[in-house]
Amino acid sequence: MELLITFVNGLSLGGIYAMIALGYTMVYGIAKMLNFAHGDVIMVGGYMILLFLPINPIVAIIAAIIFCTVVGIVIEKVAYKPLRGASPLAVLITAIGVSYLLQSVAQIAFGSASRFVVIANLGTLKIGSLAIGYSTIITLICSMIVMIGLNLFVKFSKTGRAMIAVSEDKGAAQLMGINVNNIIMITFAIGSALAALASLFFLLKAPSITPTFGALPGIKAFTAAVIGGIGSIPGAMVGGLLLGVIECFAQSVPAIAPYTDAIEFSILIIILLVKPTGLLGKKRREKV
Amino acid sequence: MALLEVKNIEVYYGVINALKGISFEVNEGEIVTLIGANGAGKTTTMNSIMGFIHPKAGEILFEGKNIVGTPTHKIMRGGLTQVPEGRRVFAELNVYENLMMGAYTSKDRSSVKKDLDNIYSLFPRLEERKNQMAGMLSGGEQQMLAMGRAMMSHPKLLMLDEPSMGLAPILVSQVFDMIKHLNETGTTILLVEQNAEKALAIADRAYVMETGAITLSGTGAELAASEKVREAYLGG
Repeated sequence: MELLITFVNGLSLGGIYAMIALGYTMVYGIAKMLNFAHGDVIMVGGYMILLFLPINPIVAIIAAIIFCTVVGIVIEKVAYKPLRGASPLAVLITAIGVSYLLQSVAQIAFGSASRFVVIANLGTLKIGSLAIGYSTIITLICSMIVMIGLNLFVKFSKTGRAMIAVSEDKGAAQLMGINVNNIIMITFAIGSALAALASLFFLLKAPSITPTFGALPGIKAFTAAVIGGIGSIPGAMVGGLLLGVIECFAQSVPAIAPYTDAIEFSILIIILLVKPTGLLGKKRREKV
Repeated sequence: MALLEVKNIEVYYGVINALKGISFEVNEGEIVTLIGANGAGKTTTMNSIMGFIHPKAGEILFEGKNIVGTPTHKIMRGGLTQVPEGRRVFAELNVYENLMMGAYTSKDRSSVKKDLDNIYSLFPRLEERKNQMAGMLSGGEQQMLAMGRAMMSHPKLLMLDEPSMGLAPILVSQVFDMIKHLNETGTTILLVEQNAEKALAIADRAYVMETGAITLSGTGAELAASEKVREAYLGG
């Protein structure tokens, strides 16, 4: 039973990683770039929640989602769009620059000390001797809904299919009349909105925030995206959940708990050695 | 006024002069073909018309309007599309979804449904395989799909780049029959081909390209009879 609780905790944490990983993987799939500033959008969302919490938690969450979406779109327009067609290295370095920029702005605005953001005290569900936080359950349910919803959106909506088309063949997509710039913008918007949701769930788990709040979850979610196969939406989900479960099990064993991060990144290396494209990643289609 | 008028376009890849000021036109209702060896600049010409490549000089007039510098998706919305070399169907979408991508710009659902039925009746094989991933289709089926997908947008001018490449002879004939049929039902065609014999047989007019320039032009029959063309492209 102890194991079951750890497993549920792991799925819940993994759900958050998956939400962030989706942002990395969708942007990579469609714009063919690694947006290393994505983790910092989580932090932006966290501070927005902090800012608007005195009004009302719901307002704070909505404000965070809207603000992060706008931030994502602006980052793409200002920092990445002018570099379309530039070398991948230039784009990568720009992304790292944007990441530091966001952290520095947050530091100027909110200070570098950690701030408490208690959104709600949801209590714990007790079944016999077992206890599981309601926040864990809510996170798990919400992340599942988000993932299913996103899958349905990509598979069945016109915009979603256009996203698949652009990720597969930008040129052919343009021949369908698809405005690739718009699709890239929508992708950044969706990824950033998911990052805002992730900040909400992280704050429910541990209610404090600093300007580097998004850095480690960002790197871990990126790891999850690579484990699952970067560019693959189901891959990001599987990778995120897997990473979350591994993290919770590692932390539940006192002897190895301090090495949790090392274990996670080692698993990344092992998976990439065995399957360089990640678990669900596809080989690049050969052009005939 | 010609539907498409290419005037003196020059294209450079770095210092290499890929198109040395070529001019030609396509009138409404015609099948026009560009023939020539590999590297003559046929695909570069098409990619310039479609806005993938920006010529350094010259004009490309579609319905009298210069489209040089217009983004590809806007050119396409104006009624000009291309079946690219190598088909480039969306492998991760099924046949139906690929065809629907062709109707991406269309807002009228009932007319899309009608177009879809029309494509299925032209290519019954596509209907049989409508739920199959496009990546799993044979080369011939992918060519049919690429053509059907392009037709879903009702182009005024359809450009086809090497549609017969890599296909078995029987399929090549089918593809050319289909091009002829599409033309007879009202679509103007610009065809780039290495299979000069087949292309000249269905073309109203043709241009021969050599190393970035147009060296000969005439009706399909004239060029097919020309000594020079026979020697260079029709195997004597």
